[in-house]
Amino acid sequence: MSDISAQDFHDALVAHKLILPVGVPGAFGRGPVFEDVLRRFGDLVTEAAKDDGAEQMLFPPIIDRRVFEKSDYLESFPQLAGTIFSFVGNDAQHREMMNCVHEGKPWSQFQSMTEVVLAPASCYPVYPQFTGTLPEKGRLVDVQNWVFRHEPSPEPTRMQSFRIREMVRGGRPEQVADWRDQWLERGLTLLRRLGLPVEPVTASDPFFGRGGRMLAANQRMQKLKFEVVVPVLSKEKPTAICSFNYHQDHFGLLFDIKTQDGQVAHTACLGFGLERVTMALFRTHGYVPAEWPAEVRKVLWP
Amino acid sequence: MTEAIRNILKEHGRLSVDISTLTDAADLYQAGMTSHASVNVMLALEANFEIEFPDKFLRRSVFSSVSAISEAVDEIRAAR
Ligand SMILES: [Zn+2]
Repeated sequence: MSDISAQDFHDALVAHKLILPVGVPGAFGRGPVFEDVLRRFGDLVTEAAKDDGAEQMLFPPIIDRRVFEKSDYLESFPQLAGTIFSFVGNDAQHREMMNCVHEGKPWSQFQSMTEVVLAPASCYPVYPQFTGTLPEKGRLVDVQNWVFRHEPSPEPTRMQSFRIREMVRGGRPEQVADWRDQWLERGLTLLRRLGLPVEPVTASDPFFGRGGRMLAANQRMQKLKFEVVVPVLSKEKPTAICSFNYHQDHFGLLFDIKTQDGQVAHTACLGFGLERVTMALFRTHGYVPAEWPAEVRKVLWP
Repeated sequence: MTEAIRNILKEHGRLSVDISTLTDAADLYQAGMTSHASVNVMLALEANFEIEFPDKFLRRSVFSSVSAISEAVDEIRAAR
């Protein structure tokens, strides 16, 4: 597979009606063929996890601003966060705001911060649900959500809004680490069955600023983040389609989560970037699923 | 200098124990300092000693104890 430019990949996805441009980069719509593949991949994750006894949870794509503020997200990723503002003024202020809107002038001064922010990851609303003492075998939650990242880009795999299917684990340190290792193997097997040439790599998050460089170095050194990567645009710079994050006692301390023996619980999560997995499939096998290799089709359309 | 470092750790280190109970060699991460807290300690050290930590110093081990921090500050000051 030879390399492809971001623009050519974008244009090919559009030409095959897999994605539907809306004007703003990273906010495109998804066509029915794209969605069919995405849903079927989700079903494979469900199948792989069926004996785990995960609790299903579903949250809206917004979270309590207080949870967000407590989580250190703003400290780490101020550049990616999306805070929701709304109008709470009177008639006169409304008229003033509309004058600005119609004249193409800034109107943010008429907006006030609300109680909610856009969810930056699927797992954030889960940790407050863990507050208290976990059962002996810990807890495991299966959750999917639309998440927001403020990083507009013409590159199709870098989206402002996309879905992450996450598994979130809380428990004793060894329970959490074992679970993560087991899922890393499972995730690689699942993606390889789909003909994707995936590899695991040690990774770090795009932490902001100079302090962020230190956080990223810490994260790498302690091997707290793994990604599963696959060539999409290029072999040289493969794209992460799945990530494993071990938070140690970070969320346990913030949300007062304890194990049966009274220790601070550890947490970890893994997330499949559903659009990215889907794009990797189209890029690897071609833009028409009917022409994909039979062994891949058998897995997705059993 | 260790007094100044200890004061900074007291204010920014989010330690779970009183800094005065720790030796200069004690592991600050063991004492509850988080990665985020270590960033705030780093920035406070820069302001206090009027230095800037070069990239190669932005590592976990550099901020792991009072003596490790003091060695790093000495080294950066000596390089000026
Ligand atoms: Zn997560």
